[in-house]
Amino acid sequence: MSETIGKSIPRVDVLDKCGGSAKYVDDMKFDNMLYAKTLRSTRPRAKILSLEIPALPDGYYIIDRNDVPGRNRVRILIYDQPFFAEDVVNYIGEPILLVVGADKAKILDIISQIEVHYEDLEPILSIEDAESGDKEPIFGEDNRFVDYEYSKGDPDKAFAASATIIENEYRTGYQEQLYLEPHGVIGVFRDGKVTVYGCMQCPFYARNAVIEGLGWDEERVQIIQTTTGGAFGGKEEYPSLICGQAAFAAVKTGHPVKLIFERTEDIEVTTKRHPSIVKHRTAFDAAGNILAMDVDIKFDGGAYAGLSDVVLQRGMFCAVGAYDIPNLRIGGRAFATNTVPCGAFRGFGAPQAFFAVEMQMQNIADKLGIDPIDFKLRYALKKGDTTSTGGILRDEIKIPEIMRTIDDMSNFRDKFQKYENESGNIRHGIGFSLFFHGCGFTGNGENIISGKITLRKSSDGAVEILISNTEMGQGALTALRKIVAKTLNIPIEDVIYENPDTDRVPDSGPTVASRTTVIVGGLLEIAAAELKERWHESGEIEISKVYKHPDYITWDQKSLHGDAYPTYSWGANVVEVEIDTITCEITLKKVWAVFDVGMAIDEKMLRGQIEGGIAQGLGYGNIEVMNSNDGKIQQNSITDYMIPTASDLPEIESQLIDNPYPYGPFGAKCAGELTLVGAGIALASAVQNALGSQIYKIPVRPEDLLEEFENGN
Amino acid sequence: MEISFTLDGKEILLDTNPLRRILDVLRDDFGLTGIKEGCGEGECGACAVLLDGNIVNSCIVPIGYIQDCEIVTIEGFRETDRFRIIAEAFAEAGAVQCGFCTPGMIIATEALLRKNSRPTRDEIRQHLSGNLCRCTGMNMIIEAVEIASQKGGGLW
Repeated sequence: MSETIGKSIPRVDVLDKCGGSAKYVDDMKFDNMLYAKTLRSTRPRAKILSLEIPALPDGYYIIDRNDVPGRNRVRILIYDQPFFAEDVVNYIGEPILLVVGADKAKILDIISQIEVHYEDLEPILSIEDAESGDKEPIFGEDNRFVDYEYSKGDPDKAFAASATIIENEYRTGYQEQLYLEPHGVIGVFRDGKVTVYGCMQCPFYARNAVIEGLGWDEERVQIIQTTTGGAFGGKEEYPSLICGQAAFAAVKTGHPVKLIFERTEDIEVTTKRHPSIVKHRTAFDAAGNILAMDVDIKFDGGAYAGLSDVVLQRGMFCAVGAYDIPNLRIGGRAFATNTVPCGAFRGFGAPQAFFAVEMQMQNIADKLGIDPIDFKLRYALKKGDTTSTGGILRDEIKIPEIMRTIDDMSNFRDKFQKYENESGNIRHGIGFSLFFHGCGFTGNGENIISGKITLRKSSDGAVEILISNTEMGQGALTALRKIVAKTLNIPIEDVIYENPDTDRVPDSGPTVASRTTVIVGGLLEIAAAELKERWHESGEIEISKVYKHPDYITWDQKSLHGDAYPTYSWGANVVEVEIDTITCEITLKKVWAVFDVGMAIDEKMLRGQIEGGIAQGLGYGNIEVMNSNDGKIQQNSITDYMIPTASDLPEIESQLIDNPYPYGPFGAKCAGELTLVGAGIALASAVQNALGSQIYKIPVRPEDLLEEFENGN
Repeated sequence: MEISFTLDGKEILLDTNPLRRILDVLRDDFGLTGIKEGCGEGECGACAVLLDGNIVNSCIVPIGYIQDCEIVTIEGFRETDRFRIIAEAFAEAGAVQCGFCTPGMIIATEALLRKNSRPTRDEIRQHLSGNLCRCTGMNMIIEAVEIASQKGGGLW
């Protein structure tokens, strides 16, 4: 490999996946394997008074709270969610028990005969409900999983001195990951040890949860990731719950037990993107300059805390977008409601916060009559500026180049002016968004996890990557091999990297937060460079490295002050739409995208991330409508919850701006999540440009636009 | 009930409940796990097979329906030159990420090219709109179909 690392190579897993020989968890069979199906709560909030279970045929089992030998709580950030419900249920779909046996039809028959007697409690069904305090709280005394506030400069003084204040409220809905492969696990118990196979992003999260659920020593719990059919955050923390359930079932029955979700079940009961309400107040002086911003973020966390704490933190750190505003107050709360728990989804709090700030900036620019690109450029962050948390931006920031490039590609400025003045039944619109993504875990997360990697050269010259990071479609198996092969200057075929097995690999941390390439890949590059120096040594060589932030990074978790991230990737999107004002149907004409992700490790795989992320972002902004009604998800099938198809998706033209990060492998920063953040915003902004009506909510639905039109707009 | 059909070129006589889904029969009885269950309601296309040369979602067709029909799965199709061309095109175009939709996508590509060996981009979009992919944004898959169509020469 004498060319640059970015030059694309075929993915290492492409032929197995094309030919159908790649083994996903549901493709695996074990001798004497049993199947499991979950009995779930049908009530949003109730006491369980009693369960009536029919006499079970031979070979059929119930697995419930009494079969959890250790602690009946799933270890995520805190321990509030049971593996199996105890005396109360807190959301529709909460697992109560498993029915396990050999025949799937018989299992369903048994499930249908089980009667759960509930005493309903008054549920908390929305953020407003949770905030009002009128109902018995679900969590703590005030229904808040977390409640943060921090400031910068002197916002009170700035607001007091302001000539004008613009205040708006922005809302976003649920988003479902809709990975094509539903959740699934197989628990196996042999020789006193449990092994759980399954699709997942974080084998050590699952292992730690299973260890505590079983109350066993860690040597007796092994997790093996199977080929994973998409995840997007949806397989970050959720597998910990079902890995535990499968483990308990395997231990009780002595058989391998397979638990595979049906699609409706997967949509109804697994984690989603948090719905949000974000209030922006922006203060101006008499000349129209922004003096201060006050941002208040509310997330609907659902029934259990899950990852809401850290999702909210990332959202808060994106609250004022890519802008340098001297005086800030940023508040955030995640509320407990009797709805499905929300969790990780590509972007992790950022899409909600960026939607709000970008629309606010757009609305301000419209009000002042300034082109949005010019207006945003005026406040854009530069090298040396400080972030909202007081972190120092030490690396080059190329926002002006990003903006110039995307304007040249899309002809944004001219079209924006032209489309504003259109009339008639067919209107056009163009929208723009500017955004970033902080690379790796938020705050001191990377130092707490202290990811460890190992490279092992065997005596035959093959080099194995031993890490816990997973391939879920994004290309880790290929990208990380490339980094090692290129550093060592050996053929990629000589680098081994298998799906992680916690018995064989160190904990290099979870496959989340766009950290795999920049953090884990960075460690692999360092280890490979050292291995190269020692290449001549005979016999096996093993080199391990543990991640630590560069020394200049400071962070105080208590005050939320300092460098929330070691570095940032940046992006801008432009979306062009056509709208029929009779039906308000939105047709996507084209998308342009420019990203600074440091350097590409593989240009084609990166393009795959860009286009896939943009497609999900467009869905989030437009057609992916999901509501909860009386605590029940209303769109529980792919028929009802639509994701963009080949006929919905437009051409996407993208460009990269090189900006090598000194601590990233070959200069790479983060990329995976960034690509989702801006597309829905640019879409909403394009609709605003086409129709001249203000958009405060995504997804932008034709029926809402029609209503607005009929109301005389 | 006894059902006879051709599966990947082999004559099959199967005694089973005719209401079972083709998907379950292929995966459970024949171990053909290349086809995937993504939704169970005929919406996602991950379970696509060729039934007498046409693409069908095997999760919504009962096995009793295929008396005397010819079924081709990804496991059968992968032995052909056409598969090789399509798979190489998918690799070249970067059309594969998580892979769960890929066998169905390849079956859909074959179903299109055998009817229309030189499809336009719009025809490809239309034809693939019944196969969902959550990873790629679809354009790179569409480009893969174009590459296969160009490189396929006289195969279709």
